[in-house]
Amino acid sequence: MEEYRLELKHVSKSFGEVQALEDINFHLGRNEVVGLLGDNGAGKSTLIKIITGYYQPTSGEIFFNGRKVDNLSVPKARELGVETVYQERALAELQTLWRNIFLGRELCNSLGFLDIQRMRDETHRLMSESMGFTSHAVSPDSRVGKYSGGEKQGVAIVRALFFNADIVVLDEPTMGLSLKESAKLINFVNGIKQAGKSAIFIDHNILHVHNVADRVVVIDRGRVAGEFQTKNIGLNELMDKMVQVAETGSLN
Amino acid sequence: MNPQNNATSPEVTQRYKVPFSLRRFVRTNSAQLGILGVFVTLWIIFIISAPKTFLAPQIYSAFMASIPFFAIMAIPLTIVVIAGEMDLSFPSIMAMGMVAFNYTYVATGFINNVTIQVFLAIVAALVTGAIIGWLNGFIIVKFGIPSLVVTIGTQFLWRGADLVLTQGANFSLEYIKQTFFYPLFVGTIGPYFPMQMFWLIVVTIMGWVLLNQHRFGAHIYLIGDNINSAELMGVNTGRTRIQAFMLVGVIAAFAGILASFYVAYFWPSLGDGFLLSTLASVFLGGTSVFGGVGTILGTFLGAFIIGAIEAATVAIGLTGFWTQFIYGFIIVLSVIMHTYLRKRGE
Repeated sequence: MEEYRLELKHVSKSFGEVQALEDINFHLGRNEVVGLLGDNGAGKSTLIKIITGYYQPTSGEIFFNGRKVDNLSVPKARELGVETVYQERALAELQTLWRNIFLGRELCNSLGFLDIQRMRDETHRLMSESMGFTSHAVSPDSRVGKYSGGEKQGVAIVRALFFNADIVVLDEPTMGLSLKESAKLINFVNGIKQAGKSAIFIDHNILHVHNVADRVVVIDRGRVAGEFQTKNIGLNELMDKMVQVAETGSLN
Repeated sequence: MNPQNNATSPEVTQRYKVPFSLRRFVRTNSAQLGILGVFVTLWIIFIISAPKTFLAPQIYSAFMASIPFFAIMAIPLTIVVIAGEMDLSFPSIMAMGMVAFNYTYVATGFINNVTIQVFLAIVAALVTGAIIGWLNGFIIVKFGIPSLVVTIGTQFLWRGADLVLTQGANFSLEYIKQTFFYPLFVGTIGPYFPMQMFWLIVVTIMGWVLLNQHRFGAHIYLIGDNINSAELMGVNTGRTRIQAFMLVGVIAAFAGILASFYVAYFWPSLGDGFLLSTLASVFLGGTSVFGGVGTILGTFLGAFIIGAIEAATVAIGLTGFWTQFIYGFIIVLSVIMHTYLRKRGE
């Protein structure tokens, strides 16, 4: 059997009385882009935050490359190659660009002293090479709070890429982006696949998901309601199914 | 986790250098330049209005003797405030440190060597400060209670413990004068330079390095800016905040030692009256109460403004009644200035 990059088995998560996720089985293959679809509050973001180690599941098991991982935390997930572009972007807006790029894993020596020059150098390189930022307002020492929505999203994405991710998680990455910026983002997700990496893509826009994902997993009320290979299902059919799920809670 | 290995590509990255620009320098350092402006302006006003006092070295020697006792605590407090937290318990920690000092000195009487006893007493005071700071941080982080509320509580708690343990008694520390710790902590270099000023400079430099050149400081800024982002990106926000409160605890205990050694006497009310000048130094220096913004240099200058106003009011020829009015006036004006500069800098 092919070994998955990531697999969740019977994962449940409850917050007090609220059952956010129930018996989720999910896998992500090598070189695969999986789209997660579901209504607001279906549990997509909770699922993502379990994969990134921010929440610990109430029950169930998580496997990375076929090996079971216990007590997954954010640093541990990052070490295993999970990088995330969060819906809320997870930026520190009063801080400079280079501090945001290296947020949570600053380059430093064994005593914890920062290598500021190198972080600024790398930020500058990333900006010109990957982000394509030409705006004069964007320099390693400029504050992220001044940036446009697209530029902020660019920072969150480049940050995820810089650290050699095997699995890139994108939670509503096109939210607040212009059409042009969205198109750029879709290109970027295609690039992830060409680079031999895997991605999980969450978006409200079914068109975007259908475009980039190899497989679509539909989540409803904390459960996996169904999944499709995008090559086997047309856009219209997928939309009909989504409406059906929203209304009846099941695909059939 | 070792980010160095996978973070950077093997090829040498081109160095990023920007030519110096005065405008950019002013913009990125506006808060520090602002408070420096206030500092210099006030100084010039003082010199013009009371040249005899402010052109003689004695007044500066007096400032350097008295200001460090609270200014030294304003440095770690700046770090706590940048992290978006608050600590009001440090005046009581000053006293509790000295309570531990006294107990240890008495309990180690069998050693019969004053220097060793005082050394152990100093260690005990600093450890006590660290433990109280840890407890503050632990309660704040583990129970999720706002630090303002927690430290109002612990401020009373440790003042109370101090009064219970000493039964309100004060006593002489005359014996410390036999040890080298006395000149080391509160002696003078040459005729005018007090050692407590030296220790303030040491703590200021250490605070600056920690905040600007170390991962700890980077995390402090991130936590104060957006604690949710910091957590999502894997920063251990609980541990970092507890460490910040421990810093305040240790330095407050050290300030208690300095202040008590200076007069070679212990009062259980030690620390009373330091609360507002220390807080005012932090906010005068441009640190934002909302967190994420602030500098050590600003606090350092703020402390000297606060410390100089009282003496200056009298030297200028106004009665002491004016002091608080002028304090308030300068604090309010400076805070407005910082808010304005911050909005423009964004």
